Amino acid sequence: MIIKTIFAFINAAIIQGIPLLFGATGEIITEKSGNLNLGIPGIMYVGGISGIIGGYLYEHSGAELNPALCILIPLLSSIAGSVLMALIYSFLTVTLRVNQNVTGLALTTFGVGIGNFFGGSLLSFFGETGSISLMTTGLCFKAKLPLYDYLVSLGEPFATFAETFLSFGFLAYLAVIIAIVASFFLKRTKAGLNLRSIGENPATADAAGISVVKYKYLSTLIGGAIAGLGGLYFVMDYTGGAWTNNGFGDRGWLAIAIVIFAIWRPSMGILSSFLFGGLYILCVYIPGLSSSTKELINMLPYVVTILVLVIVSMRKKKENQPPASLGLPYFREER
Amino acid sequence: MATASIELKDISKRFGRILANDKVCLTAYSGEILALLGENGSGKTTLMNMISGIYYPDEGQILINGEEAVIRSPKEAFDYGIGMIHQHFKLVDIFSAAENIVLGLNEHRRYNLKEIKARVSEIIEKYGFELDPSKKIYDMSVSEKQTVEIIKVLYRGADILILDEPTAVLTLQEIQKLFEILRRMRDDGKTIIIITHKLQEVLELSDRVTVLRKGRYIGTVDTASTSESELTEMMVGKKISLNITRTEPNNPTDRLTVSGLECIDRDGRKVIDGVSFTARSGEILGIAGIAGSGQRELLEAIAGLQHIQNGSVVYHDPKTGIDEELRGKSPIQIRELGVRLSFVPEDRLGMGLVGNMDIIDNMMLRSYKRGRSMFVERKGPKDLANTIIEQLEVVTPSAETPVRKLSGGNVQKVLVGREISASPTVLMAAYPVRGLDINSSYAIYNLLNDQKKNGASVIFVGEDLDVLVELCDRIMVIGSGRIMGILDGRTASKNEIGFLMTKSQHGGPAE
Repeated sequence: MIIKTIFAFINAAIIQGIPLLFGATGEIITEKSGNLNLGIPGIMYVGGISGIIGGYLYEHSGAELNPALCILIPLLSSIAGSVLMALIYSFLTVTLRVNQNVTGLALTTFGVGIGNFFGGSLLSFFGETGSISLMTTGLCFKAKLPLYDYLVSLGEPFATFAETFLSFGFLAYLAVIIAIVASFFLKRTKAGLNLRSIGENPATADAAGISVVKYKYLSTLIGGAIAGLGGLYFVMDYTGGAWTNNGFGDRGWLAIAIVIFAIWRPSMGILSSFLFGGLYILCVYIPGLSSSTKELINMLPYVVTILVLVIVSMRKKKENQPPASLGLPYFREER
Repeated sequence: MATASIELKDISKRFGRILANDKVCLTAYSGEILALLGENGSGKTTLMNMISGIYYPDEGQILINGEEAVIRSPKEAFDYGIGMIHQHFKLVDIFSAAENIVLGLNEHRRYNLKEIKARVSEIIEKYGFELDPSKKIYDMSVSEKQTVEIIKVLYRGADILILDEPTAVLTLQEIQKLFEILRRMRDDGKTIIIITHKLQEVLELSDRVTVLRKGRYIGTVDTASTSESELTEMMVGKKISLNITRTEPNNPTDRLTVSGLECIDRDGRKVIDGVSFTARSGEILGIAGIAGSGQRELLEAIAGLQHIQNGSVVYHDPKTGIDEELRGKSPIQIRELGVRLSFVPEDRLGMGLVGNMDIIDNMMLRSYKRGRSMFVERKGPKDLANTIIEQLEVVTPSAETPVRKLSGGNVQKVLVGREISASPTVLMAAYPVRGLDINSSYAIYNLLNDQKKNGASVIFVGEDLDVLVELCDRIMVIGSGRIMGILDGRTASKNEIGFLMTKSQHGGPAE
């Protein structure tokens, strides 16, 4: 019985961790260019609601629903929405050199507002009432891998394994794949080297003939798109196509905390996300907690992040520090 | 000789009103080391920056291997085989040497660190460098970082290497090693241009010397047929009369006695090394030296802004007659003791004034602690601001204008005016006329002379030898944090000062 609960907990931790992983990977790629994008929580909201809007329009278009399009349309509209948000951020901070913190915080407020606005009023635009629920689209996103059915049919212990680790929709695996690819990209490719050099020392990168502006824009846009998928996963897979205002909660901030916890390494981000996902729902799995103790347990992810910050800065290992020019606008030297 | 690998014809470059290079010519051949000699601000670096694509010349021609070249960016300079090693290294700290060397390089092969390291090792062996390609930059000494910069240039296939003051940061042994490598590169057929103001190195290393002075081309000589004194004279030039008034010191008494002063910087290098001197009231003590020889640290140590490792700074209070030890006191304590020390830092907008605040608020920075109520008192500072604007003819729309909107000269006047208004007993001024036009410069000289007449002890760090010789009563020459000599301003010649400035920069016999 206990073992079953543990496997159920691990499964739930992964489910909770997936949106965080998308957000953290997106933010790491962004921060490697020196852009501290605190708009990520807002971008994830927009990624979610854009997917909902795309899916809603398709489900209500009257056409016969094609499963491939059920996935493709929300996916593309989600990416479009989050890239647009990231574009606002890049234009303000890279081109106009507005303060990154201010821009990011404003973007988060803006993104949450957009999400709640459309979440609350999308139905009324079409003369409907109730709340948004895209059952068909949700089911398409939740579809499990064929391997899952096969393993379940083999009986225990394969069934438990499949139930714990293979019971997710495709976005969950995509999150892990993206994190691994991002890790490889940063460590093993020339473009990754260039990107890291910009986050560390943009003047040096500039002198070496690397386009600082291009890399900052691209990494922020791609990072935004990836983070937005976290919002999409949440609304399509986790809630099965239903939108509740503020339902996404503070997961965006948790994703930013993971960036620090994973010391800016996408590969470390994978396990960190699942760990944070576990901490996020831990209180549900410990029976007999008072509500105040629950709140204390909910604080754990943030406490752990602060501890990591303290330890990392005490150890002073240069590779584990944030990118040296993180948060700073780049001005080419006056000539 | 064969065609020059690089030839500059009548190159001119202007920055605003300042002519940094005035019809400069230079020729360098493959297989030779050419030294480019000149004082600070003689236009050496500007000239080389035009070859390496950082600046674009206003006039003149650049020929590479006999063909006219247009160099608009560092990248285009690389395409011509030109590589420059700057004084300030452009390296990413957390990358290894090899990663820094290939950064931004567009090679049409796969990114493979192993292969890159192998190719870097080839270069290292060929010229006898000492470097581990996998070592991270933050673990490296200054000399290793410089090696990375040189290899970076060689890796890109440069045939013309320009080194800007490469020895400024190296120890004596490291310099010898660098010279050996440079000779090996020369024998390999590379063209090497080394920017320097150290005569000994020029004589030891170079084949020919080109001398610049105040942006002008003075001449080129064969190193074998020249002498230290000839080069000094070419570098500092004949004495120019500036007609700065210099009054006789009025009853000088000792005001500040510095003895055995030692300061170290963050890397543990001695920046002030056993400096002892006395500054007297009613006289101007000039400090001459190559930029970065410890002038800034010396003034900061006296003002209480720099930690003193060893030695003492004793202030003789003219009112009470008591000797106060300034070492270990904070700038505020120094003032609370009644010791008035005014300080015009080198970096006027960085340390002296707040650019976004107006003139009145900048006055208040010095006086707000005097107020007794919880509200700031703006009347006094406002009057002071208006007095300074009037007396020093500061060009500004009003006293409420943010300081950063004023021109350099006017900013300088505001800063000097504020420091002088405290009627200091010791006034330290570092490069107070830097970037000023003639009239503003004379206004500043007059202010310093007024302070001298009032009995203040003025310490003036200058860069123009003509000014130092005419303005100062005594001139202290420092090099590498040591006193190279203290001369009488009335009898000292520019050659003498120039010789002391460029002498044994790196210990040598003085050790």
